[in-house]
Amino acid sequence: MDQFLQHCLNAVMLGGTYALLGIGLTLIFGIMKVVNFTHGELYAFGAYMMYMLVMRTGMDFFAALVLAIVLGVILGALLELVLLRKLRGADIDTTMLVMIGAWIALQNTEQLAWTGVAVSINNPFPAAPLVIGPVSVAWNRVFVFFTAIVLIFATYALINHTKLGRAMRATFQDSDTAALMGVRIGNVNTATFAIGSGLAAAAGALLGPVFVAYPSMGDLAAEKAFAIVILGGLGSIPGATIGGFILAFVEELGAGYISSGYRDAMGFLLIIVILLFRPTGLFARKERIG
Amino acid sequence: MKAAGVIAGLFFAASVPLWLDNPYLLHVLIVTGIFIIAAMSLNLLLGYAGQLSLGHVAFFGIGAYASALASLGFSVHLLPDTVLKVEASPVWLSMLAGTVAAGMCGWFIGRVAFKVRGAYFVIVSISFAEVARLVALNWVELTQGPMALNNIPPLAISSFTFYKKPENYWLVLAVGVVCFILIQRLVNSKAGRAMVALAENEALATSIGVDVTRTLALATVVSAAMAGAAGALYAHYVRIVDPDVFLFIYTVTMVIMVVTGGKGTLAGPVVGGILFGLLPEALRAAAIKPEAQWIAYGVLMVLVVYFLPRGIVPALRRG
Repeated sequence: MDQFLQHCLNAVMLGGTYALLGIGLTLIFGIMKVVNFTHGELYAFGAYMMYMLVMRTGMDFFAALVLAIVLGVILGALLELVLLRKLRGADIDTTMLVMIGAWIALQNTEQLAWTGVAVSINNPFPAAPLVIGPVSVAWNRVFVFFTAIVLIFATYALINHTKLGRAMRATFQDSDTAALMGVRIGNVNTATFAIGSGLAAAAGALLGPVFVAYPSMGDLAAEKAFAIVILGGLGSIPGATIGGFILAFVEELGAGYISSGYRDAMGFLLIIVILLFRPTGLFARKERIG
Repeated sequence: MKAAGVIAGLFFAASVPLWLDNPYLLHVLIVTGIFIIAAMSLNLLLGYAGQLSLGHVAFFGIGAYASALASLGFSVHLLPDTVLKVEASPVWLSMLAGTVAAGMCGWFIGRVAFKVRGAYFVIVSISFAEVARLVALNWVELTQGPMALNNIPPLAISSFTFYKKPENYWLVLAVGVVCFILIQRLVNSKAGRAMVALAENEALATSIGVDVTRTLALATVVSAAMAGAAGALYAHYVRIVDPDVFLFIYTVTMVIMVVTGGKGTLAGPVVGGILFGLLPEALRAAAIKPEAQWIAYGVLMVLVVYFLPRGIVPALRRG
């Protein structure tokens, strides 16, 4: 029983970051109809920025976190302006191929810049875990979880309560009509890609200090983000939030009780099983069946 | 005129091992040839049936593993006290088994994955390849996991064994030509026209009586079996198979070959395959670091989509 509670606590802690990754990806897909293969690289970028700022320049951990997220937003905006702006209205396969090219180029740039050796990042939290009754959790993971929750709420607030958010929702529903109503779709796209990238960079900046940073770390993150958005339905933000927690639970319990070697396969198996028995997905949307 | 050109090209390709005495370059050509076969099979799905399958390397890997395992023999516990034991088979039979195994996986995936389209299909196909990789990595009893399958026997027909590079080169060339002709026959048949119709406009194709599920399943099975055959060739040529054959980057390589050459054209994957098979060697010769090579790869991919969105072959044909 204690072991089960511990697994559940771990899953909740992990779910926050997964949700963050999933929301970023689903936002970009929902509004821009772009399958963003560079998402994992933004995640790795966030972690490496933490490494550069904290370990190389000795910046304060919390200031570095904020700066890493801001840099992620800027990199996202640049990617959108350089690569995607001209491809607006192109079919989904075309943008997907461009994003795959960008992903390969970015990942190898990281490898060139920081070599393939994994680097660790110090954090200012006490090493002794927080013990609550029968279960315990490391302090840095508690911090990661609450920061992730704050960022998720901030994203919801941005989308539901700001003018930009309203423009994003309008574009999501019908981009042609939104354009006719005076929404500048190009700017909405740039903002969306920047926010989505910022969330991925935030997830990387938060998890980098928990684990280690290495150039191909983004691949696994991107694969998990894909699994999460499939679970929740592409384009659905609440779906991605719930999907993040579902994936974390399935992975944590699957690794705990079935086989830890297949931990990273759980999400994919979940997708395949869902498609076998419920092809419309957990949170049905009409568009997914051709 | 055109036929003469094709025959001259084939003669030239067949003569390469006779005058090229650089074994390393010949090795590069053999591996390129194997990847061209895989790219041709992907072209059937991506170019003709219009389905962007980003899990294609799974079929390649399944073909490689199935063929290698059948030729080595294996015993594996299906249940704690049920043991499945398979004796070693001759290599040609194993390669056939690898091809069939990949084709069957293609049928299964076709049934499951084509319930969804577009971005969902793409992600499902990636998931499939990733699950295949993790199974190869973790089912150590069957696949040796990261220790890899070693000492895979090379192909032998009666007393002749395909040990050396020239005969392997000709083998790959022969299989490649057979696959090319098969694809050519298929896409010019009724089923092939149904595939193209589906890719152009699914609703319209359905309305004139194209059976969507059957057509897509056929395309996937043929495509998967061909990729499996390429995998089997690979396994018995390099004679070691590890879970890295399932890496996503190989799918990307195949996709780049098809898209650069021209998807939906017969010659496209061959042209793109030769270009991208030899490009890394050219970059290596220019003493560029591997990371920089891959950066060039990525940038080139973006540029191709921007400037030659239909690929090299259609661009040449127009010009």
